[in-house]
Amino acid sequence: MLAYIIQRIGQSALVLLIVGLVAFSMFRFVGDPIDNMLGQERTQEDIDRLRGQLGLDQPFVMQYVKFLGGAVQGNFGVSYRQGRPVSEILLERAPATLELAAVSGFLAISIGIGLGVFTAIRRNGITANVIMSASLIGVSLPTFLIGILLIYLFSVELGWLPSFGRGETVKIGNWSTGFLTETGLKALILPSITLGLYQMTLIMRLVRSEMLEVLRQDYIRFARARGLRERAVNFRHALKNTLVPVITVTGLQLGSIIAFAIITETVFQWPGVGLLFINAIQFVDIPVMAAYLMLISVMFVGINLIVDLLYFAIDPRLRVDRTGGH
Amino acid sequence: MVDTPLSDSAAKDPSRLRLALQSDFIYQFKRSPVAVVSFAITLLLVLSAIFAPLIAPYDPFDPGSLNLMNGFSAPMTPNAFTGDSFWLGTDDQGRDVFSTILYGMRISLFVGAAAVAFAMVLGITLGLLAGYVGGWTETIIMRIADVQLTFPSILVAMLIFGVAKGVTPVEYRDQMAIWVLIIAIGLSDWVQFARVVRGATLVEKNKEYVAAAKLIGRTGPAIMLRHILPNVLSPVLVIATISLALAIIAEATLSFLGVGAPPTQPSLGTLIRIGQGFLFSGEWWILLFPALTLLTLALSVNLLGDWLRDALNPRLR
Repeated sequence: MLAYIIQRIGQSALVLLIVGLVAFSMFRFVGDPIDNMLGQERTQEDIDRLRGQLGLDQPFVMQYVKFLGGAVQGNFGVSYRQGRPVSEILLERAPATLELAAVSGFLAISIGIGLGVFTAIRRNGITANVIMSASLIGVSLPTFLIGILLIYLFSVELGWLPSFGRGETVKIGNWSTGFLTETGLKALILPSITLGLYQMTLIMRLVRSEMLEVLRQDYIRFARARGLRERAVNFRHALKNTLVPVITVTGLQLGSIIAFAIITETVFQWPGVGLLFINAIQFVDIPVMAAYLMLISVMFVGINLIVDLLYFAIDPRLRVDRTGGH
Repeated sequence: MVDTPLSDSAAKDPSRLRLALQSDFIYQFKRSPVAVVSFAITLLLVLSAIFAPLIAPYDPFDPGSLNLMNGFSAPMTPNAFTGDSFWLGTDDQGRDVFSTILYGMRISLFVGAAAVAFAMVLGITLGLLAGYVGGWTETIIMRIADVQLTFPSILVAMLIFGVAKGVTPVEYRDQMAIWVLIIAIGLSDWVQFARVVRGATLVEKNKEYVAAAKLIGRTGPAIMLRHILPNVLSPVLVIATISLALAIIAEATLSFLGVGAPPTQPSLGTLIRIGQGFLFSGEWWILLFPALTLLTLALSVNLLGDWLRDALNPRLR
């Protein structure tokens, strides 16, 4: 088992090294950093001095190692467009994205599980069927169209909710939060629904099919025979046993929520990391792109690793298989 | 006695077309209303995209045919200044929305189809190599696939687009955008093809016909292309159809985000991006019609793909 864990961690580290190499190559070969940082009036001495300062006169491998060293310490260089350290910009933008992702994740999990259980229990009910059909549309609509649709409905026609931005934010130390003001909370509603809808339908359908599977089992029939209340049977016995695959999928989806925040943030002009990344692509701001790539891959690889290890801890059969086989 | 079984059957054999029409596949198709309807809609949309220059009442990219006075005409109502009437209205520059949609769909479909074709060729080649050659080749290819699969494909496409944009000189960026888009979406999507083809190749390569081909001295590439490839194609076809729907949506998303087709060559996504700007001022038609077209296109291709998956899977019958 220890061997498996070590092997898995080694794999993750290797993936990060490769992604780091890609990020570094972008940094090094897409456009000339010297060109980007020095203006028109430059002398050969300036160029040589900066080249020395940035370490560009050193061999490739040394530069890569230095880049990785910097990245580990959160140092990703200076944004070409804004002229400020990338780490500073990222830290400033991160709270917006993290708050949005947290609310969307919460919505997706709570509503997704709730509706999943409901549609499984009332399998033949009209409401359940309507929800199931609606979820099909939810899956096939592209995220940005859902956002536009919500803006049209709730901002343009009804005028209830703001269509862009975070509203007022309160600063707590370095963290600017939208949770504490009314406009901030209102501004969160539409983007978080847009972002969470796909994951919600996914979790709902998964919980539903797992529940239907479990409800057929003998121990459920036995629980009913013992005279347990319907609620206890559904939630304590059935739902609990569907949670293993749900946890796995949900964990993996958390990463996608942050990645898909790019689209939602663009639709709602939400000042988060995703919008920063899209602007960086439009203006070919390589340091910001590279930093985002590194950041998101650390997150993805980390989540994958945790989910794998969790799975391993939850399901004893896996442990026996792995150790028995080798 | 002179009659060989071959010529005998050839005499009874009707044309190949007739044979194809009587096949199980066509029978299944005719029995499924969803398949027939989605196929008809897809065909209609594809044909109108191909023949856009003939169908479109105006050429939206010919500045000479545009009249700024026609700007913001509502659908089916005569313009207040010129009296011209447009089916689906006009945008801010007086371009006919119906015509821009036809041309936009052309670009969306072209990018989608070309990206899937690119992903397919790349995925099949690498999948065949990984499955047939094995060893280090397989390890390297499948490792790369695993790493790429960790990230959502839209993110991969964005990154490739960004890097490619950085590499192309500024003056070519708009011209190259469509091709960059094709490569970006294609590269983000090859993994599925490679995985499926590798899996099927692993099964096929141990069959006797491959051993026979080896025995008569056929070379590796010939065995892979002429013998194994035809036998692994049907799952590829299913993935290709579903990939096409995904590629169309990916292209629309990228263009909507402003990292795709440029305003000079607007795809459906670009049109939706433009239309979103007029949502608050009340010109809903500039946004609604491109969005509906995109939805119809993506949905019908998707349904067709779903049906194809079930029809080609004998276990489901």
